[in-house]
Amino acid sequence: MAANEAMTGKQTAIMRSELGRVRGLGTARSGAAHWWAQRLTAAALVPLAVWFVISLLAHLGAEAPAMARWAGRPWNSVLLLALLIALFHHLALGLQVVIEDYVHGEGTKLVGLAVMKGALALLWLAAVVAVLKLAFAG
Amino acid sequence: MQDVREALMAGRASDGRAVRRPLSPHLQVYRPQITSTLSILHRITGIGLGAGTLLLVAWLVALASGAGPFATVQWFIASWLGRILLFGWTAALLFHFCNGIRHLAWDAGYGFEKPVYRASGWAVVGVSIAASLAIWAIFCR
Repeated sequence: MAANEAMTGKQTAIMRSELGRVRGLGTARSGAAHWWAQRLTAAALVPLAVWFVISLLAHLGAEAPAMARWAGRPWNSVLLLALLIALFHHLALGLQVVIEDYVHGEGTKLVGLAVMKGALALLWLAAVVAVLKLAFAG
Repeated sequence: MQDVREALMAGRASDGRAVRRPLSPHLQVYRPQITSTLSILHRITGIGLGAGTLLLVAWLVALASGAGPFATVQWFIASWLGRILLFGWTAALLFHFCNGIRHLAWDAGYGFEKPVYRASGWAVVGVSIAASLAIWAIFCR
């Protein structure tokens, strides 16, 4: 019983040193890469989200040809692709943390992460192909 | 008789040793604060915006597929369900956007004083509600 063990002050002897227990695990496995990518994509999304929302509001009620012409203009296509890259990267990193926090079984966690990243990759590719099609439609 | 809450005083130190301390936070007895509430709201709106990307992808794919599919998506967005989802997306995006900037300021080392993080929290709430209502009042009537 963990509670009784804690209250009576008994503890399991740990024979390995603190250094020995962490050696080989790296900087908490992946260092600051995840944290840093989350912040960089967040910073990129600040102007991109503002541009996208303003563009949408400027085209409220627009018909398909006008909207497609807008999306196909070179800089609009570039910014849409940049938005999709930053957005999906940010989303994958965020959902990864959510799954890691709340799914505790190693197997289910692994499957959950793989399914989430796979689904996001497919959605991202679909959106990218759509923008490229609009960009090269002429 | 022991206090029943003792059953929850079963923490573990980082070396795996059992220690007598509560598992935190105690959601049943934890008074919500502006900081903790906005923290979980940031995560909830992030997940919601993740679901909202389905609509973004559907919209882009429909746009690239021609007038017919695009009209179908536009019809869905204009329906009452679509409008509710789009208002939720507006509010979630504005909140996540404003609170995200607050997070970036923290990451740069600013705004950790108690009065500052409380004020910035309430500012985020105020700005995101006001901006959501303003956008819908002006553009989406």
